[in-house]
Amino acid sequence: MNSKTLPYLLLAPATIFLVVFFLWPFLQIAWLAFSTDGGFTMQHFQTMASNWKFWPTFWNTVILAAVVVPLQLVMALAMAQVVAKLKSTRNTVLYIFTIPLGLSDLAAGIIWLAIFEQSGFLNSMLVGLGIVEKPILFLGYQNLWVIFIAVILAELWRATAIVMVILVSGMGLIPKEYYEAAEVFGAGPWKRFVKVTLPMLRPSIQTALILRTIAAFEVFAVVVALGGTTLPVLVGETFNWQFALNDRNVAAAFALVILAISIAATLVFLRVLRTPKGATL
Amino acid sequence: MAEILIKGVAKSFGSFTALHSIDLTIADQEFMVLLGASGCGKTTLLRIIAGLESPTQGEVWIGGKRVDQLPPRERGIAMVFQNYAVFPHLTVYENIAFGLRMKKLPQAEVDTRVKRTAELMHIEQLLKRYSGQLSGGQRQRVAVARALAMEPDVILMDEPLSNLDALLRLEMRAELKGVLANSKTTTIYVTHDQVEAMSLADRISVMNGGHIVQAASPVEVYRNPAARFVGSFIGNPPMNFLPATRNGDGRYHVAGIALDGPSQGGAKLEFAIRPEDLTIAAGGLKATARVIEPLGAHTLVTSEVDGKLFRAVLDSDLKVAPGDELSLVPKPDRVRWFDLETSKAVN
Repeated sequence: MNSKTLPYLLLAPATIFLVVFFLWPFLQIAWLAFSTDGGFTMQHFQTMASNWKFWPTFWNTVILAAVVVPLQLVMALAMAQVVAKLKSTRNTVLYIFTIPLGLSDLAAGIIWLAIFEQSGFLNSMLVGLGIVEKPILFLGYQNLWVIFIAVILAELWRATAIVMVILVSGMGLIPKEYYEAAEVFGAGPWKRFVKVTLPMLRPSIQTALILRTIAAFEVFAVVVALGGTTLPVLVGETFNWQFALNDRNVAAAFALVILAISIAATLVFLRVLRTPKGATL
Repeated sequence: MAEILIKGVAKSFGSFTALHSIDLTIADQEFMVLLGASGCGKTTLLRIIAGLESPTQGEVWIGGKRVDQLPPRERGIAMVFQNYAVFPHLTVYENIAFGLRMKKLPQAEVDTRVKRTAELMHIEQLLKRYSGQLSGGQRQRVAVARALAMEPDVILMDEPLSNLDALLRLEMRAELKGVLANSKTTTIYVTHDQVEAMSLADRISVMNGGHIVQAASPVEVYRNPAARFVGSFIGNPPMNFLPATRNGDGRYHVAGIALDGPSQGGAKLEFAIRPEDLTIAAGGLKATARVIEPLGAHTLVTSEVDGKLFRAVLDSDLKVAPGDELSLVPKPDRVRWFDLETSKAVN
């Protein structure tokens, strides 16, 4: 076989897969969002943006991501430090930490619903302990911030472990000698973390942040389980326009908005957390 | 002033004993080399002095202060690592400045020290680079500069030249010796390379199996090995050994000839001679030449004496072929004797 064609042949299956299942649907969505009766239009975007729910939806999604992702990074760093320090119990702890990853996001949402709903665990406990006289309606539309907090808790519980897994593997790549050098040259535990672990973990942090932020923009099932449509988010609205309002064009416009903020966030992380030339291991 | 005192330091890893009660004193500003084969405990001892490993037993004193319970940063030491450990995410400048920044020195002082040590190590033109853009030799220079910038009482070096190629190693060795002599620090240097040890050290501690077998000046270690191991480990080619038995008249029988030996000592000794301390003359040890290796200045003759391997470094004018019979006479003042049971030197 010609050695020049071999690389392309090897790349072909993945390329075909990507074209058929990613590029083609993407082009279809883009076409839907920008077209009407075969011509170009911005009408669907106008419909989307002029709807009273659009901006609350947009900001709910962005703020949720802006709160959840940094918290997850901090927690995951702490968890990864713990796991990295362990010896014999390392794997056990790692498995326990990653159990929530095995659940679908809807299941995770329902678990937290079981805690927060009116007949849920939290209310039973509060009533049982005599702290409150009758169950409180936590997740009502009057208490938007409680739904917000519940979603944040559920997301933290559900998806922090994926960040941790990435960071744990990144920490494993940092040679021990750098810590020893830092120790000899005067760095205590905190300084070692700041001056050695964090900068050398930068590529892993970058990967984790990109993955988690994109996923956070796509938050849906947890929000639906805990808040229904009381706390609208972008994917929820996409779903709504597609299936409840039967307007595929506006739904496609929503999808493109999610894509746009995902790309924007990715570019920011790529830029801010880039590694200078020559500064790699 | 930083004299280092090591008192009864022992280290075990589980059931394996890496160090057996080491006692060693290293004088202020002395260049001490810990020399031994891999697994002899030399790196473990260095790491215990550094504080990267804690001893199972014993005490470490630096400059009159007991330090074995202190973290590395409170011991007044700096270290050069085998794999350099130059931080990849920092520039050369920030690498050298690392320890100074940890000490919170004012920027002006940091700058002066970084520039001075960089100049000393000839890397002043690399200060803005990252370690990924440096060669192994340059990284090594950064690692040394980082240690020197601390102006420490003690510099610890863990096989610092072993990752460099042969030519660079030779160059760095000479440079290190000059730089460290001027820096007025006490230096402990770990290596398995005896030539490096001989050329750098004020004193060499030869280690074997977790013991210090001999701690003495390079020439002393070479000329008067305290134990058979030292003679066989140091010198290339190493010492020759032959069994010796005491005669009635206080002389010793060695491979068919009689030699003057120590008046004390057991009946069973080992005769030892360095290959270069042999001359060709009548009445010597009967040797059958096996391999002839002309090395230019000398010719290395590997022969057999009494069925035992025996090497001689002879004048390269000598005409000798494999199979030739030679008579090798040892220089009397260079002959050494070792007790066959304890392996210790007997005088």
